[in-house]
Amino acid sequence: MADIVLDKVSKRFPDGTVAVRDVDLEIADGEFVILVGPSGCGKSTTLNMIAGLEDISSGELRIGGQRVNDKAPRDRDIAMVFQSYALYPNMTVRENMAFPLRLQKLDRETINAKVEDAAKVLELTALLDRKPSNLSGGQRQRVAMGRAIVRQPKAFLMDEPLSNLDAKLRVQMRTVVSRLQKQLGTTTVYVTHDQTEAMTLGDRVVIMRGGEVQQVGPPQELYDHPRNLFVAGFIGSPSMNFLHAAVEDGRLRTALGDVPIGDRVRRQLDGADAPRELILGVRPEHFEDAALIDDETRRRGLEFEAPVEIVESMGSDKYVYFTVEGERASAAELEELAADAGAADFTGAGASLVTRLSAESPVAEGETRRVWFNLEKIHLFDPSNGRNLTLHEGRAAGALAD
Amino acid sequence: MATETTTRAKLRWGLLDVIVVVFALIPVLWIASLSFKTPATLTDGKFIPREWTLENYRTIFDTDQFVRALVNSIGIALIATAVAVVLGAMAAYAISRLDFPGKRLLVGVSLLIAMFPQVSLVSPLFEIERQLGLFDTWPGLILPYITFALPLAIYTLSAFFKQIPWDLEKAAKMDGATQGQAFRRVIAPLAAPGLFTTAILVFIFCWNDFLFAISLTSTERSRTVPAALSFFTGASQFEDPTGAICAAAVVITVPIILFVLFFQRRIVSGLTSGAVKG
Repeated sequence: MADIVLDKVSKRFPDGTVAVRDVDLEIADGEFVILVGPSGCGKSTTLNMIAGLEDISSGELRIGGQRVNDKAPRDRDIAMVFQSYALYPNMTVRENMAFPLRLQKLDRETINAKVEDAAKVLELTALLDRKPSNLSGGQRQRVAMGRAIVRQPKAFLMDEPLSNLDAKLRVQMRTVVSRLQKQLGTTTVYVTHDQTEAMTLGDRVVIMRGGEVQQVGPPQELYDHPRNLFVAGFIGSPSMNFLHAAVEDGRLRTALGDVPIGDRVRRQLDGADAPRELILGVRPEHFEDAALIDDETRRRGLEFEAPVEIVESMGSDKYVYFTVEGERASAAELEELAADAGAADFTGAGASLVTRLSAESPVAEGETRRVWFNLEKIHLFDPSNGRNLTLHEGRAAGALAD
Repeated sequence: MATETTTRAKLRWGLLDVIVVVFALIPVLWIASLSFKTPATLTDGKFIPREWTLENYRTIFDTDQFVRALVNSIGIALIATAVAVVLGAMAAYAISRLDFPGKRLLVGVSLLIAMFPQVSLVSPLFEIERQLGLFDTWPGLILPYITFALPLAIYTLSAFFKQIPWDLEKAAKMDGATQGQAFRRVIAPLAAPGLFTTAILVFIFCWNDFLFAISLTSTERSRTVPAALSFFTGASQFEDPTGAICAAAVVITVPIILFVLFFQRRIVSGLTSGAVKG
């Protein structure tokens, strides 16, 4: 067991492309850290550099306080679980799990004992003499984990280990991974493109974009206090709503009405080079049916009316999609997020607003409904660089803060 | 109605298969039949011999000429196969796994060698080998065989190596294997079907070669069976050697059949299934 420190680690390919740029990251002993981001953000390359499967172009990587830049994977004492599982098809489950131990030249009895132990933890005992081809996807995944834990390495690296499983099994395996990591207390770096996995599994989440770290923090912090537009849009499902907002006479003119702003935000907008246009971000759950809230709450927010497009009843609450007129919010980050979601070429007229209302709301499709949203929970972003203007000392304070 | 068409389709395909098999096997069976005939009935035009005899087989194994050629054939073909497969495996592994300068050139040149008309090389090779003292020796045949078998080996093997997921090698490295251990214990066992397939193809190529065998040898010191057959005279000069030649032809197909049967059991398709994904 050991801590992992990345000190200005970069990866430059021979053709000049930079896959990872100056990543600084300190992973404490026993910590579970998730690297997350859209495809091509450099998360897998970063993991491969920690593993030793890719050379580090510049910077330093320390595992357990020791510089390991030039060490071969086998000398780093870390185990890896691959997206494809990468089980050795010519070996049985037992041989697969024993392989790393046999390479360490342990004696037969020790190997057997360790394999049996690991198999018990992962409930693989009955499958030990089968070949990987006779296993289901979930079982293969467990064997891959077994091969990693069997030799008690300093750290686990996991490269999208659950993305080949079907949705139900993935949820189940997520808890298995989580429990296993807590039980063993081994430092773990986990790569995924799925923000749900990132939110549910990790102690801390590292969000990457274009080879650079955007924000590092516990999942809830990233959700509540996103440092920039990209983080705000990437974390959360359904994702945050983004609306165009024009700064006029100390107010923000948006499709949802005029939003008042507090002193703190105003000070930032006073400068000569301050942006005249902003992007307003509101999470779906910060909307509520205006008929269902008390006056005390009403004062903290703003109300607007909009035609209801679609109602999705989830039982516990309702996802209601509204059509709002007005200019679309546009920024490089938003386009990238849309491209990652596969919706780059899907642009309807006007903007669609996703809200999460109480199940008690009698909202119906086709009607025009009065909706309230919480001004203390909204975020304002500078479209030119994506910075969150409502963030003060790392905390988001909404638009009204003084 | 659907079942009717499928039965008819099956019949049609079955018939077609039978025609193809019969067409391909008739010359072989004919030679086999000739090899069991006595000299008197050799030209009677009957497909099944009226009088069965093993005399022809006795004759060829009595002559030192044939036994010697058989030893040459087996030795030369086995050595050439072994060398070509080992070299080919290394080259194919490099081609499928590494990105090195001149990779496309290497692949292109090996393709060029495979397509080069061998006939045009016979006279230069003959001169070169005479100068070097390789003429009429085992290496004199083994070397050109390796040259022409290598492209074949590289092509088949790199196709097999490309099928093996690269993740397996990475996994082996993470599990603590050196590059060599990863190749020996993970990649090579998975590439085994490919190695055997290639070995069979190369062996057949060497075993069947007549062109080099006839032009680069002059005595029974290194003459292989296909070449020796053309010098066949039978037990005495005055006998018609047709029966003996047929017997010899049957005998030299036997090692190939054995070779293929032996290795075929190891060519288990889908050996890599279960390695990745589900």
